Amino acid sequence: MASHDHAHDHAHGHDDHHHGPAKGLMRWIKTTNHKDLGTLYLCFSFTMFFIGGLMSLVIRAELWHPGLQFVDPEFFNQMTTLHALVMIFGGVMPGFTGLANWMVPMQVGASDMALPRVNNWGFWILPFAFTLLLSTLFMPGGGPAGGWTMYPPLVLQTGEGFPFLIFAIHLMGISSITGAINVVVTILNLRAPGMSLLKMPLFCWTWLITAYLLIATMPVLAGAVTMLLTDKYFGTTFFSAGGGGDPVLFQHVFWFFGHPEVYILILPAFGVVSTIIPTFARKSLFGYDSMVYATASIAFLSFIVWAHHMFTVGMPLAGELFFMFSTMLIAVPTGVKVFNWIATMWRGSMTFETPMLFAIAFVFLFSIGGFSGLMLAIAPVDFQYHDTYFVVAHFHYVLVPGAVFSIIAAVYYWIPKWTGVMYNETWGKIHFWLSAIFINVTFFPQHFSGLAGMQRRVPDYAVQFVDFNMISTIGAFVFFIAQFIFIFNMIGCMARKGQKATDRVWEGAHGLEWTVPSPAPYHTFEDPPLMTDTELTAVHDSGAGYSDHQPPKHA
Amino acid sequence: MSEEAQDGGRKRSSRQHGLRLVVVVVAMFGFGFALGPIYDALCKVTGINGKTSGMQANAEALPAIDTSRWVTVQFITTVNGGRPWEFRPEVSEVRVHPGQLSTVSFHAKNTEGRDLVAQAVPNVAPWNAAKHLRKTECFCFNNQMFKAGESKEMPVRFMIDPALPADVDVVTLSYTFFDVTESAAHKTAPAKDPQQS
Repeated sequence: MASHDHAHDHAHGHDDHHHGPAKGLMRWIKTTNHKDLGTLYLCFSFTMFFIGGLMSLVIRAELWHPGLQFVDPEFFNQMTTLHALVMIFGGVMPGFTGLANWMVPMQVGASDMALPRVNNWGFWILPFAFTLLLSTLFMPGGGPAGGWTMYPPLVLQTGEGFPFLIFAIHLMGISSITGAINVVVTILNLRAPGMSLLKMPLFCWTWLITAYLLIATMPVLAGAVTMLLTDKYFGTTFFSAGGGGDPVLFQHVFWFFGHPEVYILILPAFGVVSTIIPTFARKSLFGYDSMVYATASIAFLSFIVWAHHMFTVGMPLAGELFFMFSTMLIAVPTGVKVFNWIATMWRGSMTFETPMLFAIAFVFLFSIGGFSGLMLAIAPVDFQYHDTYFVVAHFHYVLVPGAVFSIIAAVYYWIPKWTGVMYNETWGKIHFWLSAIFINVTFFPQHFSGLAGMQRRVPDYAVQFVDFNMISTIGAFVFFIAQFIFIFNMIGCMARKGQKATDRVWEGAHGLEWTVPSPAPYHTFEDPPLMTDTELTAVHDSGAGYSDHQPPKHA
Repeated sequence: MSEEAQDGGRKRSSRQHGLRLVVVVVAMFGFGFALGPIYDALCKVTGINGKTSGMQANAEALPAIDTSRWVTVQFITTVNGGRPWEFRPEVSEVRVHPGQLSTVSFHAKNTEGRDLVAQAVPNVAPWNAAKHLRKTECFCFNNQMFKAGESKEMPVRFMIDPALPADVDVVTLSYTFFDVTESAAHKTAPAKDPQQS
């Protein structure tokens, strides 16, 4: 292979693939380069985090005190609904797709994603999808206010914005399906020679499994919302009991998508954390194979637990027991992962740069979210927790210090490679501590108010919850403001202001992405790299990385 | 193999792989719709969503009356969407022996100033009683037409199957009245004014 390098470069010397990026705005619209698209996805994602964050501040401001102060209840409900849709489909999912675009080709040694033109379409659908979705706020009847789960018959009361909501969701679905197909094909077809599946970096593994989940479940969501659309406008009665349908059917179809969806939002985060922790513990990942199998088991289990979201719908006892035990079973592979991360850190020569801090916070805080998830899995107590702030606290613990922290950690970790410039470590640490403290200030009190019976999606509440809500609101505002430290730090890198990064960037970093220069050239791995070097074996616990550390005696 | 051919081959296999995944996507879209009939079939077999429709009992082939056992049957009525109709059972509950045929009557009145078509949707709790509540006559079997201001007494003739699980001694039969004027008009004649909002 290597002997072809020179001839290949000459043969294609005039080919525009070997030039740098095009100039001007059209570069970004027409680009099929995975790095450009990764950047676009990430910028889009952070824009959506900002918009969704503003919506959450409207919610928190309204909940500062009981009674109504700033917005009317209808608008409050539009905010809770759109906050969720924007954060899930606009923030977290494009954020991970952006990371996949940047990193998957570089980690498997491919020159680009397998279907670059599809990749371009996949991204450029998104701005239109969210323009449709957000435009509903200015329509008669306002935006969707029935909750992001869109349960009929409530959601059918949405005003003129209803078809816009449905088509926006169709477009988001198409976008994530194209992204997923691209990831699957890139990983399965374009790996460098010698990189077998079980030698892939774990980020690629978790994304591969996530992509399959997306391909299997996003079409089901598209089907569910299409049925809503025809129920409202074309006289079908899928979900209307009056015509022989059943509104509970929607909940089953929705959560058949919805539960795999929550793993779509967290599996790539597992991959990011499994990449960062070994780097800063200076050890290879403990239990690589078990990590892969645990991820696959979680993905499989995600298809048979959906009804734990609907324990109170009136299920037979056998159903409640099945969904309760299958849900609790997910704690096993997840526990394997958490123990593996801890074992990776065990006796490592750890340093605590910003990405590592976020990764450790992820392990700790995500586990808290996992534990409250176990509590919610218990059917008899779920009857009390259902639709309270305990649920809100639970899923925000797994989504904010879970998914969002991992996206932030990944950006800190890889941005020196992307821009060739180190971010400002001091500001990074300040950003971390403000985020880690105030995310807990925001969401921890919600466990208490939820257990005491405060309902979600209601702008008013009983006076005994006022202290918890005030703490929560303060936390939300400080957390939001603290994120601008991150944004300015990253803009500094993109403006190439700061210390120059080395090619390896981190002392303990392993993987093909670190073998290319910093900043990564516009085209990398035009010819597949040779897999004989230690970059691949180093991601394994069986490799050399582990041997210079004594295993714990009592293990 | 030359590099060009290899590149071309890779591109082609990528496209084929991508198209195979598109087939999966289309299949899963169809599966989403198939979940409707699957759900209905599953509920019919197990009775888990409390639906009793299609459970007309054969009036000739009645089982023996089990006089050793009493079951209380309660009646609940709801009008969907907060419509101002009158809809209530004549008696709120009856005590029956399993196997015994009984008749109760429901009162409904259209208090709106327009004709309407209503459909009552029954539901039985607890879920495992649903398939043991058998009806020989019910106003829920068909759409009910109401002229503006019209009121009706509507009978339900039912029997509790002696196979009712032993731990059930109270069965609740609930009816929800839905306004189906619009969809009934769709079925009989082309809609003139589908815009309701």
